[in-house]
Amino acid sequence: MTETPPDPVAPGVPAQIPEALAVPKARRPLPVVWLIPLVAALVGGWLAAKTILERGATITIAFASAEGIEPGKTRIKYKHVDVGQVTTVALARDGTGVLVTAEMVKEVDPYLVEDTRFWVVRPRIAGGQVSGLGTLLSGSYIGMEPGHSGEHAHEFTALKVAPIVTGDLPGRQFVLRTPNLGSLDIGFPVYFRRIQVGQILAYELDEDGTSVTLKVFIHAPYDRHVGPNTRFWQASGIDLSVGAGGVSLQTEGLFAVALGGIAFETPAGHAGEAQAVPNTEYLLFEDRAAAMRQPDTRGVRYAMVFNESVRGLAVGAPVDFRGIPLGEVLSIEVELDAKTNEIRIPVEVVLFPDRLRARNRGDAAPQDPKAVVDALVAQGFRAQLRPGNLLTGQLFVTLDFFPNARKVAVDWSADPPVLPTVPGNLAQIEATLMSVAKKLDALPVEQIAAELRQSLASLDRLLASADKAVRRVDDKVAPEVAAALQEARETLATAKRAMTAATDSTLAADSALQTETREALRELTRAAQSLRSLTDYLERHPESLIRGKQEQPQ
Amino acid sequence: MNAAAEAARQFGAARVGLLSCHACGLVSRAGGTRGALACPRCGEHLHRRKPNSVARAWAFLIAAAILYLPANLLPVMHTRSLFGAQSDTIMSGVVFLWTSGSWPLAVLVFFASVTVPLLKLIALAVLLISVQRRSRLLPLERTRVYRMVEFIGRWSMLDIYVITILVALVHMQGLMEIAAGAGAVAFGAVVVLTILAAEAFDPRLIWDPLEEEHDRNAA
Repeated sequence: MTETPPDPVAPGVPAQIPEALAVPKARRPLPVVWLIPLVAALVGGWLAAKTILERGATITIAFASAEGIEPGKTRIKYKHVDVGQVTTVALARDGTGVLVTAEMVKEVDPYLVEDTRFWVVRPRIAGGQVSGLGTLLSGSYIGMEPGHSGEHAHEFTALKVAPIVTGDLPGRQFVLRTPNLGSLDIGFPVYFRRIQVGQILAYELDEDGTSVTLKVFIHAPYDRHVGPNTRFWQASGIDLSVGAGGVSLQTEGLFAVALGGIAFETPAGHAGEAQAVPNTEYLLFEDRAAAMRQPDTRGVRYAMVFNESVRGLAVGAPVDFRGIPLGEVLSIEVELDAKTNEIRIPVEVVLFPDRLRARNRGDAAPQDPKAVVDALVAQGFRAQLRPGNLLTGQLFVTLDFFPNARKVAVDWSADPPVLPTVPGNLAQIEATLMSVAKKLDALPVEQIAAELRQSLASLDRLLASADKAVRRVDDKVAPEVAAALQEARETLATAKRAMTAATDSTLAADSALQTETREALRELTRAAQSLRSLTDYLERHPESLIRGKQEQPQ
Repeated sequence: MNAAAEAARQFGAARVGLLSCHACGLVSRAGGTRGALACPRCGEHLHRRKPNSVARAWAFLIAAAILYLPANLLPVMHTRSLFGAQSDTIMSGVVFLWTSGSWPLAVLVFFASVTVPLLKLIALAVLLISVQRRSRLLPLERTRVYRMVEFIGRWSMLDIYVITILVALVHMQGLMEIAAGAGAVAFGAVVVLTILAAEAFDPRLIWDPLEEEHDRNAA
């Protein structure tokens, strides 16, 4: 807009108003002001360009649930570096999960490949380790681990749980099979000679539901101690087993006691063998003893029919021969013989004949096992139930020779063949105890008790009268006795006095009695002397009693 | 409308050959010269109308409109605390206030920070277009709109003021830190540019077409 020249001064304008000064016309300023929108446009354009250029790929990740994920807040981190941010969280079209859309930074574009893994990081206490504690304050974030595939991808499925070890950790992974998980869990330790050398990565129930598959990771350099013959076992908690062998307690380190874990070891004969290939499958044994036991190659099944209580006999109880375990109980059943209406308890056992044979090296031609067993049974080879532990009442099956047993043959027609049995010691003891109990039962206990009560009553009466008598004695006799004693004491004193007087009079040396007594005694001595000479003479000359005294020839 | 107002409406100072100084307000005679004029008291250049008013206003307005986009799209505030880092745009702040139940505050922030700058931009654009088209419609109302725009101008800096105070005060190393984002700069620029645009605009231009019409009628 051009400047319009001022109007001429109108008439009537007060003359006091001063005249404007005329100055040289200023140079028309450049329209500098238009630089401002230009700069603004440049800045805005630069910001827009920067935003567009810095924006990386937009990816979608499928989660089972959006717990802890907030659009606009939750970050995606790789090695704790922010590499993206969640923009939207939406339900999957089929409603089974959640689709999380995230914008990644440009730098991680090369890592967004098919096997890249994502998971939600939450605080977790597993295997004695606390992880993700920072997320307690800052909220969950999504962890990322780049894959190795060459195929780029923008759609991912998140892991259900955060992986324990990331791909670049040196070590090897192995697979373990176990009938049940025990107290194990993800992140639990794996021990080798009580050193923690690895962790449990994952567990999964097999499709047929019969066993559990565990994945364990053994860190380098310990992974080279895992060979093809290595045995793994559960070091879970305290292994307190009460068997026929008594009480045994085994532990594996304090942590394993508190929570659990897995231990492995290579049996002595196989140490130093080649290393195992990753993902080799192993059996996970219940305990170390089971793991290290010589594997039984060949088991033979037999049945044994017991006609007594099998209370205390458990599946897995040992079958031994004179203390050597030869096998174990497989099953205990009850069957009804339809023909005889008889209920029997067949116990199925598995015997490992190789254990018998181990020492029997060099023996030539192997005999027919049936013939051997027949021969043994003919010698009185029988099975018997025996109490392994009287306290707990555990039973085990023992095999031994009973030469006095009734002769029977092995029933080879049955499946499995039936070995003959003899009643157990326990049954015999029971029978004895029963007969004792019966005798006790027959005793006329009530009658005895009645008589005993009568006797006790009369005794009571007797005691009462005795008590009365004693009281009477106390009341009447005692004073008289006291008086009598007093009199007796007086009498004695008198007697003492009389005695003293008599002694004084009679025993004096010059008293008449003394003199006469002495005379009399002298006379008596002389009479005795003549009497002795007479008896001497009569001894020598007994005839003188008849013939009289003869003169002795000179 | 009384006669005085009617007279004032038709006979501005310029009509009688008088000019007022922008700086000191002194009224002086134009003197009919074709050259540039200066204030006899303070020496400021005298113009019948602000020179280049509409063009300058347009320039500021367009710049403000361009920067209005990043001001609303870019984060105005980066908050980093123990609980994680967060960047907030003006709208996300409004949404947060709304979802957390502070509806009056959300409405206030939305009005002061989003609506008012936008309305200012629209109002100035309408004024400029109407002046360029020499519209004679509703001159009084348009003048009131201009006054309002000029008055509101400075208050729009409240957001920037709050952010500045937060950045200065909340500075606990490790615990919490607040930094101004690029959006804040853009927002401040929008406010300043709209103030400048309002300043550059000469409201007397609203009345000029009316005076011309009156002159024609008189002739």
